[in-house]
Amino acid sequence: MASKLTQSNKAGWLMAFPGIALIAAFIIVPFFLAFAFSLTNQRLASPNPTEYVGFDNYRDLLGLAIFTLEPERGENGQVLRDDEGAIEYPRLRTFTRNNPDYPQLDGKREWFSWQSGENRTVVLASDVVFMRAVVNTFFFVIFVAPVQAGIALGLALLINQKLRGINVFRTIYFMPVVVSIVVVSLLWKFIYSPGDGLLNNILGWLSFGLFEPRDWLGSTSTALPSIIAMSIWQGVGFHMVIWLAGLQTISPTLYEAAEIEGSNKWQTFRYVTWPGLRNTAVLILIVITMQAFALYAQINVMTRGGPLDSTQVFVFQAVVRGYERQDISGGSAISVILFLIVLAISLIQRYLTREKN
Amino acid sequence: MADVLLKGIKKSYGSVDVIKGVDIEIKDGEFVVFVGPSGCGKSTLLRMIAGLEDITGGRLEIGGTVVNEIPASQRGIAMVFQSYAIFPHMTVRENVAFGLTISGASKAEKDQKVAEAARILQMEHLLDRRPSQLSGGQRQRVAIGRAIVRQPEVFLFDEPLSNLDAALRLDMRIEIGKLHKSLNATMVYVTHDQVEAMTLADKIVVLKDGYVQQVGSPMELYHRPENLFVAGFIGAPSMNFLDVDLVSKEGDTARIRSDLVSEFAAPAWRADVPASGRATLGIRPQDLHPVESGGVLHGNVTLSERLGTETVIDIALKDGTRILASLAEDRIFTPGEEIALDFDHAHAHLFAPATAEEQAAAQSAA
Ligand SMILES: Nc1ncnc2c1ncn2[C@@H]1O[C@H](COP(=O)(O)OP(=O)(O)OP(=O)(O)O)[C@@H](O)[C@H]1O
Ligand SMILES: [Mg+2]
Repeated sequence: MASKLTQSNKAGWLMAFPGIALIAAFIIVPFFLAFAFSLTNQRLASPNPTEYVGFDNYRDLLGLAIFTLEPERGENGQVLRDDEGAIEYPRLRTFTRNNPDYPQLDGKREWFSWQSGENRTVVLASDVVFMRAVVNTFFFVIFVAPVQAGIALGLALLINQKLRGINVFRTIYFMPVVVSIVVVSLLWKFIYSPGDGLLNNILGWLSFGLFEPRDWLGSTSTALPSIIAMSIWQGVGFHMVIWLAGLQTISPTLYEAAEIEGSNKWQTFRYVTWPGLRNTAVLILIVITMQAFALYAQINVMTRGGPLDSTQVFVFQAVVRGYERQDISGGSAISVILFLIVLAISLIQRYLTREKN
Repeated sequence: MADVLLKGIKKSYGSVDVIKGVDIEIKDGEFVVFVGPSGCGKSTLLRMIAGLEDITGGRLEIGGTVVNEIPASQRGIAMVFQSYAIFPHMTVRENVAFGLTISGASKAEKDQKVAEAARILQMEHLLDRRPSQLSGGQRQRVAIGRAIVRQPEVFLFDEPLSNLDAALRLDMRIEIGKLHKSLNATMVYVTHDQVEAMTLADKIVVLKDGYVQQVGSPMELYHRPENLFVAGFIGAPSMNFLDVDLVSKEGDTARIRSDLVSEFAAPAWRADVPASGRATLGIRPQDLHPVESGGVLHGNVTLSERLGTETVIDIALKDGTRILASLAEDRIFTPGEEIALDFDHAHAHLFAPATAEEQAAAQSAA
């Protein structure tokens, strides 16, 4: 009976079918659908038929232009200034709205600008909000990846000791990982809440009342850093455990050999521990990078991209577009861009950290 | 001068006593080998000398200084581990120079010392390789090189050759012997392998259950084992043990006999051999030889193994007791054949009476 079952292909496929079907339905098919949708004008629900639009969606997201504004000049060429002495420029809108002389600026908006002499150089983007999301996401990743990996390594080194009760600490550090990110986000929303929030209270208490309470999530300068801090806190335990696994693969006799040679703590770390953690480091960096790019729940619960788009990020944008604005094709295009970025970064990281020999 | 002196050394892990009071005196330049059955505490003792394990009780002196509380790196020792413990991501050169790198030595000094060590161990051509590109024997050479560069007063080896195959083990054994002669350093060496112990040691320490059983030169241990355990442990195949009755005892000689053993006079110098009653007789398989008539032991051959240079025969005595004889010649025996054995009675060993379990334990420990 058993041998017949193992030899029979049909039975095998039948048993694998539920798993394969689920993976196909929720991972493989959507993956390819995202590519397909991103090339159309598909909407979530629309009476109009779907049309192929080529790379329009990508152009709408990624379109950029640089434009130099020259000051308004009077009759004899002098620069005109307003009442406060600021240089006056023509209105940007005159170039970006139906101006046949500047087709490349059509429909774009100002993203940021800088002054160069009398001129003002403006960078315009087709989708300024998406550009903010790109910048914020990269900022988040560049900050979270090294800091979270570093803190996790520090904790792993502390925890990798034979001390009484060390398991209590392991559990404590790991706990935030087990709690749902939505719950964690809600909790931190309370911690960060303006006025009488926990963080404001603690800082006030520590500074003997000198600290001015802030609206952590409500101000453009602190919203993203606040989310970064809580994200690091939430994920650090997970990476600590991976580091710990890496640490335990290093043979204890190597440490003993180093001890006999008179190696101090730092030298032991440098010559024994760190080289032994090489592969773990690659893994952790890639995992953190991917997780960081996928930042969504914290934003959705805590700020919903605000204030003033200062916490817009990739995945949140994809979801907002796809479901709230019913623009499935735009959301799909964002997902594809995200996929390509993460893929590229992983390949670069692998290349940079490869075994040199 | 680097004598090593162990005085009442003890080690406990929690409530488990592993080393239970050990006194050993190792003279400067001596090659001392610790042997004993698995788990008897050889490695623990060595690691205490190295400074890798805390000493629970007693006094450890190296070169006249009490080092109980001195860290490993300042004891003037170097250690070679069974698992080599060379750093996998460093080249051989970097591995050998590791101690110098740590202490911030100049490049010139490093180059010179590494070259010297490489010359001694004949591994100049390996210096730029990585450990993954080396054979086991070469790796162990690197580990020894790293030890040499430290210029220690005492070398410690914990079963350095047991991960190597037989041929390589022989090479490395000779190498280590030469190294000892040329460096003239004190060496403490832990091994399972009797041949290593017998060939390398100036002095062997036999350990069992955290106690020293006997300390002496290899030949002392072989010819005058102080107790049944040492007698059974040293020598291969193991000594045969038989229960006998004491007929009489006068000074250091006793007349003995049993149902299996014809009466003869045996040396009885061990203090714990009683004046009358029972005792345990030990005879090395190598001492036995077949005789045409007479002889002390009589039985039937049950098995013979021809190894070319020697023939090992398994003999069942009248009551089924099995003994081994090892003849230094190639000879054919047929199973079932009757055989009479005799030996030089001066080579008999007489011990205090021991139970069958004690005899078996001593034999199987080797
Ligand atoms: N960290 C430890 N905690 C508790 N017991 C230990 C510890 N280390 C060693 N032991 C015990 O101490 C005893 C001696 O161990 P040790 O490693 O010295 O034996 P050994 O003679 O070197 O054996 P082997 O020949 O197998 O290497 C063993 O019974 C072992 O179980
Ligand atoms: Mg051992």
